[in-house]
Amino acid sequence: MNTENDPFFQTKTFSHGIISLNSFALNKPALISYCCFIRQAMPCSHYTPFSHSKKYIAEQDRAGGRFNKELTYSRSLSLRQEIMKWNGWGYSDSRFLFNKKGQAEFTGKRYRLSGLILPSLKDWFEGTFGANLQHRSPATPSLNLSAVAPPNLNQPFVEDLKAAGLTVSHDPEDRVFRAHGHCLHEVFALREGRIGRVPDTVVWPSCHSDVEKIVELACEHNVCLIPYGGGTSVSSALECPREESRSIVSLDTSQMSRILWIDEKNLTAHVEAGIIGQDLERQLNERGFCTGHEPDSMEFSSLGGWVATRASGMKKNIYGNIEDLVVHIKMVTPRGVIEKSCLGPRMSTGPDIHHFILGSEGTLGVVTEVTLKIRPIPEYQKYGSVVFPNFQQGVACLREVARQRCAPASIRLMDNEQFQFGEFCFFLILLSFFCFDPQHLCVATLLFEGDRGKVLQHEKQVYDIAAKFGGLAAGEDNGQRGYMLTFVIAYLRDLGMDYYVIGESFETSVPWDRVLDLCRNVKERIVRECKERGVQFPPLSTSRVTQTYDAGACVYFYFAFNYRGLSDPVHVYEQVEHAAREEILANGGSLSHHHGVGKLRKEWMKESVSGVGLGMLKSVKEYVDPQNIFGNRNLL
Amino acid sequence: MASRALYSVSVLQHFCMLSDKILHACNTCSVNLSLLPSFNIFFRGNIKHISCPVSSESGDSTECVAEEASLILDEMAHRLQLSTVRFFVFTLSKAFKRLFRSVCVNEEGIQRLQQAVQEHPVVLLPSHRSYMDFLMMSYLLYMYDLPLPVIAAGMDFMSMKFVGEMLRMSGAFFIRRSFGGDKLYWAVFSEYVKTMLRNGYAPIEFFLEGTRSRTCKSLTPKTGLLNIVMEPFFKGELFDVNLVPVSISYERILEESLYARELLGIPKPKESTSGLLKARRVLSEDYGSMYVYFGHPVSVRSLTEGKITRSQYNLLPRCIPQKPSADTHEFLNDAAFRLVRIQEENMVLKPWVLIATLLLQNPDGMDLSSLAEQTDWLRHLALAFGAYLDWPDHEACSEVISCSLALHRHLLSVSAGHVQLSVTDAPQVESTPEEAVFHQAVVVLSCASYRNQILHVFLRPALLAVAMQSANSNRKDDVYNCFNFLRNMFSNEFILCPGDSVQDFEEACYLLMKRGVLQVLEHEIVMSASGHSTLAFLSSVLDPFLQGYQVVSRYLCEETNENLTEKEFIPAVRNFALKLILAGRLKCYEALSSDLQKNALAAFLRLKAVRKVKVGDQVTLKVNKIAVNSLEDTLGKSDVTSHQNSWCSSMAMFEIAI
Repeated sequence: MNTENDPFFQTKTFSHGIISLNSFALNKPALISYCCFIRQAMPCSHYTPFSHSKKYIAEQDRAGGRFNKELTYSRSLSLRQEIMKWNGWGYSDSRFLFNKKGQAEFTGKRYRLSGLILPSLKDWFEGTFGANLQHRSPATPSLNLSAVAPPNLNQPFVEDLKAAGLTVSHDPEDRVFRAHGHCLHEVFALREGRIGRVPDTVVWPSCHSDVEKIVELACEHNVCLIPYGGGTSVSSALECPREESRSIVSLDTSQMSRILWIDEKNLTAHVEAGIIGQDLERQLNERGFCTGHEPDSMEFSSLGGWVATRASGMKKNIYGNIEDLVVHIKMVTPRGVIEKSCLGPRMSTGPDIHHFILGSEGTLGVVTEVTLKIRPIPEYQKYGSVVFPNFQQGVACLREVARQRCAPASIRLMDNEQFQFGEFCFFLILLSFFCFDPQHLCVATLLFEGDRGKVLQHEKQVYDIAAKFGGLAAGEDNGQRGYMLTFVIAYLRDLGMDYYVIGESFETSVPWDRVLDLCRNVKERIVRECKERGVQFPPLSTSRVTQTYDAGACVYFYFAFNYRGLSDPVHVYEQVEHAAREEILANGGSLSHHHGVGKLRKEWMKESVSGVGLGMLKSVKEYVDPQNIFGNRNLL
Repeated sequence: MASRALYSVSVLQHFCMLSDKILHACNTCSVNLSLLPSFNIFFRGNIKHISCPVSSESGDSTECVAEEASLILDEMAHRLQLSTVRFFVFTLSKAFKRLFRSVCVNEEGIQRLQQAVQEHPVVLLPSHRSYMDFLMMSYLLYMYDLPLPVIAAGMDFMSMKFVGEMLRMSGAFFIRRSFGGDKLYWAVFSEYVKTMLRNGYAPIEFFLEGTRSRTCKSLTPKTGLLNIVMEPFFKGELFDVNLVPVSISYERILEESLYARELLGIPKPKESTSGLLKARRVLSEDYGSMYVYFGHPVSVRSLTEGKITRSQYNLLPRCIPQKPSADTHEFLNDAAFRLVRIQEENMVLKPWVLIATLLLQNPDGMDLSSLAEQTDWLRHLALAFGAYLDWPDHEACSEVISCSLALHRHLLSVSAGHVQLSVTDAPQVESTPEEAVFHQAVVVLSCASYRNQILHVFLRPALLAVAMQSANSNRKDDVYNCFNFLRNMFSNEFILCPGDSVQDFEEACYLLMKRGVLQVLEHEIVMSASGHSTLAFLSSVLDPFLQGYQVVSRYLCEETNENLTEKEFIPAVRNFALKLILAGRLKCYEALSSDLQKNALAAFLRLKAVRKVKVGDQVTLKVNKIAVNSLEDTLGKSDVTSHQNSWCSSMAMFEIAI
């Protein structure tokens, strides 16, 4: 591996002389463990020591080197979609594949895993799914433009837009790119080259007043607007409603990506809502701040999208979820602009109007500008991991941590199936020594942030609690790897889809006492439903606890299966996911913790918030948008 | 029928295998038994948590309530011990060997059970006809290396010295017969059962019918315990629970004459060890074969699909006991009926059951030849209706009959080829005509308990047959109305799933049509030429019940005492019936059965013809004589011998009542 020419390892210098956040994470053990990881993941013959590059390693990011590259496309309209896949997750140059030797590798140079050979992935993949490298299900290589229906244009509207100086496109690629999120059925259809209803026009406003103009014109000409941020929705929220007969306009906020001001006295930043998570974080880092909001999709998702879906970040224990982070929101609706009159930290002025906007999923208007809380970059950051003899003990430990309110910035607990995927093989020897059963083991990954002394003290407190539940500290590198996997797991789905394996993740939140029961029942329901629906191979059905709260936890499920032998795999998948959601609701779980409702989970809204609750939301919609200009038909 | 093949397991053979078996069983059983002693301790830890909500309601201190809960637990808890189980197995195998010719078990049912035990917690739901039931269940499970069940037993067993403790140590836990008002008791009890279920310590066994059926008819199921074992599923604590209905039938019931006497008002002796010792006499008699049929496990999850919204349990902490909602209650009731029907359907019937049915219909006796002929006819009818009949292959009908008669000779007198139900073993001079009647009634009721075993097979067609007679019309609607009336009238008497009226009617029509008895047209039901004998047989199956209910209603109409208390009711009706019999106006001895009288009263209460009024400590019965009269008339119409009366007014009344 030649690190010299690798842009991945290029040193960045920061104008303010502030060292990047990541260098705080640098301490000797972390580095050593990182080297260990590389050594492990690579065949020995390819291993070259690169002691000279320690410094560079320190420079690149903490959770997998995922946004090391300066992305300067933000001023240019098309760059973003050029570097991203049109029919899969993430960057075009980054993907898993099985090379000629049948070994898995991850291409590209963007991530820590990039360019690495992962010898055990093949065995895991074949073993878990019964998949075979001989049986491929390749995607359509490129978009067949003739499959895209010609746009249904509202000519006067388009002319008025152009007259107002806005950038407009009817290009099929632009339209297809903005017609979907990342639900399995959406990506699967794209891979097969099936294109459904797509927006007829794409428009790129560059500031708040552009949006006002667009919305005004949309009302005047009665067209349907669908706001588009990062396109990472997993709730069918971006799907164009089939019953929509008006011209559909995708309002792409990507050009509204400036940080307008930073107020160091009040620690707030005023940001345009189209900014992508990693850009926001990097730009704030350059000034010595961060928001601390790190959803797993932060490489691609936008601030406006976070607000519109009530997003949650990995480090919410320190920084809070999006609703805790916003101080002020400006949204353009067909009725006009909605915003509060001051930047006070809390108000008693009736129900918080922010809560009509947070989670409105693009049904009420376009979020254009947001004032967010910011924090100084923490002095010190440390990963950790704990191995538990079984999932029950792990959950009990997380519950105790929540009870004592000493949760680190992030604490996640993976179940045994995920543990096995995580290839924590080298511990197995160690653990069998401690009489742990590798079939029941599970691992918690931890991330501590703050000033050094406090982090170390905090770390001790958490490890002491863990020890009471039979937990063994298992090192920083394993913790770090756990977080890294989160970012590449979405790429893994594309690999699966090349070999007849489809899957998805979904989430819920649930009171503490029901966590175990819910995990067990939902996993078992998935296995059973797959069997009943003729899936030939046992599915992968795994869960993890990803967030802790005082009164409960957020639980994530990963579900995937080999669909060889099924005539309509996506339908089977949807039926199983539907059943799994029913099971979640029956076991006291919520409809969604942070993915949102979209169109995928709409049918359960009434049951979730009661008829009156739904009626309240509907009447707000009725008042704000009587013409249904924001007609994506999400949520209600 | 082939799929329900039974494997006869000779007791003797079992016995020989015992020593090996015990060794083997020890290994497997001890694994799950070793958990059990710790269970009670573990559960004790939860007491505080149960008593909290109760104490905050009652205002007593938590410690006080916890102590009380602890006492309840002492009284209730089982202490399953392998040594006791072994002792029981040893003695029981001896006892069983003496009592029964063979014990037949469907081994594929055992295999299914083995499978079910691996998958999810199991609840065993045996039918309850005899004390032998749960002894035999535990014995069989032990013999087949299955985990031993913990059994919910009535508190009255506990008062038996020594034996109570023995039962406790072989896995019984004791519940009070009624604890409706006692919240703490309910909380401790339900938590106890649920904790055992959740942790998968052992299969739970209880009787849906709540008590032994004295008449061998299945009893209307109770839902309380069923709710308790389903709740862990409703609340998401378990993925699923497997309910395994078990049908236990006896060729000859040990308690046969005991039950008959009890039904006639000779009070049940309190369960006592000395009573049990006296019962040793039974060991010297031949009780034929015993059949245990393990049904297909019923998954609670699939049972509830689309019927229960489990999310209704989301809003209360799961440790707080919750009264079942109206929906849940309806579901539980329906599920309980269905489970009992499964028990009924899997009940193995012996030829004697057919013979008893015929002998009861011919109180003056029958010639052996005509008995053979009719039994053969009935056998085919029963098989056509889906009865699970164990008729010996390759044996002449007359041979089968004489075997059956021999086994039940104490109920019969056979002379010169003529068979008659009669008192044989008590030839002493009758002192009073009343006693003579009672002696005969014991025989009739004993015999009826065998006929009752097959009632579920004939019930629906019989209701239809009676309905056709009383409707006096061929119009399908009229017949259905009558059918529905009778079904409603008898829903305390027989297992008739609530709300299944139309299905039952159609099932009856289908069965009779298949037999060529009826032709069911679009709006009419016509009896075919050859159908008369079948219909006559079917309606006389129900005849004792029709007559019995009429006796009860006549009593209620004629009774002048304004302050008739609930307690006085049974003896008073019995006297009334006795007088009718002595006067020669009633031939139906079954009208003396307290079970029938209770069921009739329950039906009248349900139809609001009688109402309960609480006066001080006494519950008195207020009779709406017009309503009762009109019900009696309607029933009378169904009874061939009675006079015609105003059907319409009664139907109108019935409409109001439901």
